[in-house]
Amino acid sequence: MSASTHGYSVPRFTPERGTWRKLMARDSLLRRLDWVLLLTCLALSAIGTVLVYSATRNRTELNQGDPYYFLVRHALNTGIGLLLAIGTVWLGHRTLRGAVPVLYGLSVILVLAVLTPLGSTINGAHAWIVIGAGFSLQPGEFAKITIILGMAMLLAARVDAGDRLSPDHRTVVQALGLAALPIAIVMLMPDLGSVMVMAVIVLAVLLSSGASNRWVAGLITTAVIGALLIWQLHVLDQYQIDRFAAFANPALDPAGVGYNTNQARIAIGSGGLTGKGLFHGTQTTGQFVPEQQTDFVFTVAGEELGFLGAGLIIVLLGVVLWRACRIARGTTELYGTVVAAGIIAWFAFQSFENIGMTLGIMPVAGLPLPFVSYGGSSMFAVWIGIGLLQSIKVQRPVSA
Amino acid sequence: MSNIPETGRTPRVTVRLVAIQILVFSLLLTLGGRLWYLQIRNGDEYTEKAANNHVQQVVHPAVRGSILDARGVPLADNETRLVVSASRTALMKEPDDGEAVLTRLAGVLRMKPKDVKDKVRLCDAETPQPCWNGSPYQPIPITDEASAKQALQIREREEDFPGISAEPTAVRRYAAPAGSNAAQVLGYLSPVTDEQIKKAEHTKSPLLRSDQVGSNGLESEYDSKLRGKAGVTRYEVDNLGRVIGQRESQQARPGDNVVTSLDARVQSVAEKELDQAMKDARKQYDRNTGTKYKADSGSVVVMEAKTGRVVAMASNPAYDPNAWVGGISGKDYKKLTGKDSNYPLLNRAIQGQAAPGSIFKVIPTTAAVNAGYGFDGPYACSSSFNIGGQVFKNFESESHGGISLGRALEVSCDTVFYRLAYEQWKKDGGNKPKKHPGDWFYKTAHQFGLAKKTGIDLPNEVSGRVPDRQWKKDFWKANKDAWCKNGKKDGNYTQRLSYENCLEGMKMRAGDSVNYSIGQGDTLVTPIQMATIYGAISNGGTLYDPTVGKAIISPDGKHIQEIKPKSHGKLPMKGDTHERIDKALAGVATRGTAAWRFQGWPQDKIPMHAKTGTAEVYGKQTTSWFATYTKDYSVVMTISQGGTGSGASGPAVRKIYNALYGVDGKGKINEKKALLPKPQTDLPKISSDGSIEAQPVGKPFALLGETRRRGGAQQ
Repeated sequence: MSASTHGYSVPRFTPERGTWRKLMARDSLLRRLDWVLLLTCLALSAIGTVLVYSATRNRTELNQGDPYYFLVRHALNTGIGLLLAIGTVWLGHRTLRGAVPVLYGLSVILVLAVLTPLGSTINGAHAWIVIGAGFSLQPGEFAKITIILGMAMLLAARVDAGDRLSPDHRTVVQALGLAALPIAIVMLMPDLGSVMVMAVIVLAVLLSSGASNRWVAGLITTAVIGALLIWQLHVLDQYQIDRFAAFANPALDPAGVGYNTNQARIAIGSGGLTGKGLFHGTQTTGQFVPEQQTDFVFTVAGEELGFLGAGLIIVLLGVVLWRACRIARGTTELYGTVVAAGIIAWFAFQSFENIGMTLGIMPVAGLPLPFVSYGGSSMFAVWIGIGLLQSIKVQRPVSA
Repeated sequence: MSNIPETGRTPRVTVRLVAIQILVFSLLLTLGGRLWYLQIRNGDEYTEKAANNHVQQVVHPAVRGSILDARGVPLADNETRLVVSASRTALMKEPDDGEAVLTRLAGVLRMKPKDVKDKVRLCDAETPQPCWNGSPYQPIPITDEASAKQALQIREREEDFPGISAEPTAVRRYAAPAGSNAAQVLGYLSPVTDEQIKKAEHTKSPLLRSDQVGSNGLESEYDSKLRGKAGVTRYEVDNLGRVIGQRESQQARPGDNVVTSLDARVQSVAEKELDQAMKDARKQYDRNTGTKYKADSGSVVVMEAKTGRVVAMASNPAYDPNAWVGGISGKDYKKLTGKDSNYPLLNRAIQGQAAPGSIFKVIPTTAAVNAGYGFDGPYACSSSFNIGGQVFKNFESESHGGISLGRALEVSCDTVFYRLAYEQWKKDGGNKPKKHPGDWFYKTAHQFGLAKKTGIDLPNEVSGRVPDRQWKKDFWKANKDAWCKNGKKDGNYTQRLSYENCLEGMKMRAGDSVNYSIGQGDTLVTPIQMATIYGAISNGGTLYDPTVGKAIISPDGKHIQEIKPKSHGKLPMKGDTHERIDKALAGVATRGTAAWRFQGWPQDKIPMHAKTGTAEVYGKQTTSWFATYTKDYSVVMTISQGGTGSGASGPAVRKIYNALYGVDGKGKINEKKALLPKPQTDLPKISSDGSIEAQPVGKPFALLGETRRRGGAQQ
């Protein structure tokens, strides 16, 4: 029987506390969670649900005649994502530290599997494993997490043990090698968008680990040279070169390659201050913008909700990143710091690239907008990221 | 962060974390700035682009206004035809893009399936005609000659013919009341050109790709009034062009009706008499060339003398303006414009120019009086006139002794005018002209309105030419290179002429002036110019801008915009000159060169005035001119290569007057038979519903079985 039912004051030193009390206690897990972060992410997912619905309710060829098909699924994905985040917090990032080699190996195998006949091509990127029954998996999304965790584990190990102040060269080389393997595989798919995100993650992880300036400078140089080599050696597929060409000059071929960017910009630009009203976007209703529920979901917000609505999404993403930065700065151990920094870089660059391409300041690359774009793998991955951030925040000790 | 212990991180990591944070927020700021730039700063531009993206227009063409004669009889109006059209939007929804539907349709219409398919394909750089030049959202007409049975077949089996409609649609008709044709005056409709669309882009009546516009004649001149304003329905479409909603629409506003001063009956008479005169001329033997007269073209103008309004205007050869309705066939087009066509599209009353011959003589007569010569003279009318060995003969080498200028007009004595012109030429300095020559004969021609368009409300009028000193200089400058190259001192006639022209073509020579004085040489006039001049002599000297349009009446009949007579000058006749010239011209009809054509004319009741002209054209047969007037009308007829003025044109003009005044062969006036003894001053009656009442035109019109038309009819 809980004491509260009797109306008596609660004994302070009761060794066994009721579950409710446990949860509500000052030092409890729930109280230590970053609720601003959590609610902001939920808000973004909710906005995403509405936008995805607006983009797909008339698309009978996609939604199998059910206008709520994508709405329900996006909400479901959010729910699963939330559960994954809770699980991550429950386990704790420190516990996961031990499992990192296994998780890393698993993700590399999955990414490799895409290159086998199991994988399939969607929108020019051979980045998917179709599981069946309408489900498909994008292993690249999870590889982003394992790269962060793997590199952080290696780089922080000796620092957190108190052996060194910053990772030594050998460790850095190992960490880079660990990241290089999945990146190389993703590049073969080729999923250039994910490669760009991973490269930025590697850079942020290296920066936050305290690795020497030479490594950071060297990595940036390598990235630039690598990009030039890719360009020169025709590693890219034609569709990727076309996308870049269209980015440089959208008027080049308004009916072809430049079509996406042009229509996206028209959709957003025509939204004005307050937008055309939810479900009243002519570009959206008329399906002028391709991939509008996934990569170009931001155009729905721009057109139907205007500068205020689209600006709100950017502000909410800003809140998420602000909380993440707080967590990164607030943790004592380098492992947590590096993981948080990796997640910040991931969310920030992916959001910037996604919104930037709809606004015409970045080339088109198939990257989802965290929380908002439709897509299971991406949704699960970003929520696991949130789970990791929360775990760093609550600083749970390694469970026995 | 009270309960978080001090971190054990190195300062390097802390600094880098701050750097990452700054970088992250600058990225977000960049996005916000770019969003502001697109949505707030350039929002309007994108809003417009979005609107163009998803709104498509379907145009309902306005019913074109009618062109009516002075008594309300439609010369050009619309008839309802069953038009079968196909909607591309609907056809594209079919699994085979409408192949099967079009094939079935071809079967019903008894057309070749290929022809039907060709008509609905869209025009582009690689697609030859036939193809659809208009908006793909517009119903594309396949035929305008469907029978009621075919229309029924299509309508009853809607499921077999998705996207196909059979609707009664207004189609232009040139009704030819009383057997009149008036093709060149009315003009025709033809598909709009890119140039026209561009030109009308920012006007009150912009053109659409599928529009027909008036080409030539009244259809062109009053096109913006007749056309009305097309209605528009705006549809919202998606990226594949499927209609997903409807926007605001505008009703079509029918065009205004144009009432003209033409009289269908007089027009008909004028056309028939002109044609008959030309046929008769072709039977006549030409002594000069030793062949029969060709009479290859001709025209006649009947004009109200006191207003300049055109009652009838005929040009021969003519054509059927209905050939243009629904698109002209290549064969027909060649017939109308080809090398061997003799160009029936030309309105020779305003576009045909020729030397006027003796009908010009009212001008040198006035010029002589204004230069100081007495009207009475006497002036020697010798059989020929000699200048430095060059002999200028009188017509048929007749001699009349000493006569007045009036008598010189009556008998059309050339030598009187030769002499006066030569004297004036010498007075102005001869071959060494004075700095400021009087040039009375030329000045007067300009004062009569020659070498200038009359300003008639019909397109493409030509201005004619007065070969004065300035023109000679300009002409020499333009041609001297060719003349000097081809000219030969001892060559054939042309080469010698070129040689001479090369040397002194810029000079006004005695021969030029003398030739000019009787309307020969390089002088060019149009029939409408001469009708205006003789109308002015009739009305006391006012030169009116000739007009065909009389009023523009809105479809509801409530707004009437009258086109009032406008003057562009007065004849330069001082004192009693006008009176005496008038008398002399009456003399031409009673005892002069035209008297034999007006035998038995009731001159006491309807005073007739006339002047004949026979102009010589190098290398061709003579041009017949006949200019006449009463107090009401001026009538001018000309026949190219037709013979003499009174000989070829005389009987026709007399018969036109007979019809106008109801004069029979014996000179008796039967007012009941008179078509138009007084010019029609009132506008036709307008009913309360806006329709214009047409007065009966007699037998030929009764065949059409329609005496009234609805002016404000909307279909």
